[in-house]
Amino acid sequence: MKNIIVLLLGTLFGVVMFKAEAASWFRIYEMFKFQSFHMYGFIGTALFIGVIGVQLIKRKKLKDIDGQPIEMPPKEKGIPRYLIGGTLFGMGWALIGACPGPMFVMLGTGLFTMGIAIFGAILGTYIYGLIRHHLPH
Amino acid sequence: MMELIAQPWPWYVGGALVAFIMLLLIVLGKTFGFSSNFRTICAALGAGKSVSFFKYDWKAQKWNLLFLAGTVIGGYIGAYWLSDVQVPDVSSATIQDLRNLGFRSVGTTYAPPEIFDSLSVRNVLILLVGGLLVGFGTRYAGGCTSGHAITGLSSLQLPSLIAVIGFFIGGLLMVHVLFPLIFQ
Repeated sequence: MKNIIVLLLGTLFGVVMFKAEAASWFRIYEMFKFQSFHMYGFIGTALFIGVIGVQLIKRKKLKDIDGQPIEMPPKEKGIPRYLIGGTLFGMGWALIGACPGPMFVMLGTGLFTMGIAIFGAILGTYIYGLIRHHLPH
Repeated sequence: MMELIAQPWPWYVGGALVAFIMLLLIVLGKTFGFSSNFRTICAALGAGKSVSFFKYDWKAQKWNLLFLAGTVIGGYIGAYWLSDVQVPDVSSATIQDLRNLGFRSVGTTYAPPEIFDSLSVRNVLILLVGGLLVGFGTRYAGGCTSGHAITGLSSLQLPSLIAVIGFFIGGLLMVHVLFPLIFQ
């Protein structure tokens, strides 16, 4: 049952990212050129509702569907990993006009060359795992 | 109703639905974070045998692969069932700038055929390098747009803010400095 809900949520996510154009290379370019409010409005709305929702969940100490207390483990402290890793990701995001979710959204629309980027992302993740001990975190 | 759905969805509908998906995942006991799937795929392919980073209980992440499968299906449904032909109505400044970079398709397609249609050496390199940067960068930063910009910022985490600042440094660098060198 839970699996079906997750699959349906993923499907809704794919539809939303396509229909609201967060999966469009052109929209990402436009965002990084500050030439439209579209993507900022998109992320801003998600954050506005997200912040309120997460605060409500925390304050009301809501339990999840299995009756477990909802915990949001804080991310590890540090600066270099977030700044350097984030910058590298941002470069890739702008270049292919898709962050990880939209890469698969576009694959679903029949843009099969995106498969090359997906292969690259899996390889990039593997390389990180291989050399991460040599990187500042 | 169907006609309304077939139109491009405004940003506030998109943003609200993404927040709704993130919150529902939390209630399901999961954390919204798409790029973790790349690590899971590496682990499922047996990378844990040689690299300890991939030696973990990846089967606990199977739900996220299911979410990924849904995303692919959603892309198909969005493009073929819920759209005629959707072309993002980007700003005239964007159209002008991209034409100057050689993107004649701007304003006529959803994704530029100049990158995605012809498999020239340049395009394969763009897609491969772009993918490498996304895969390496997200894992180094511990998350992507969903994990940091949406989930992390929603729970007011400073590391996520630093990561999102990084996303923008990288994106601005790519579009303003490197694009004129890559696309002539």
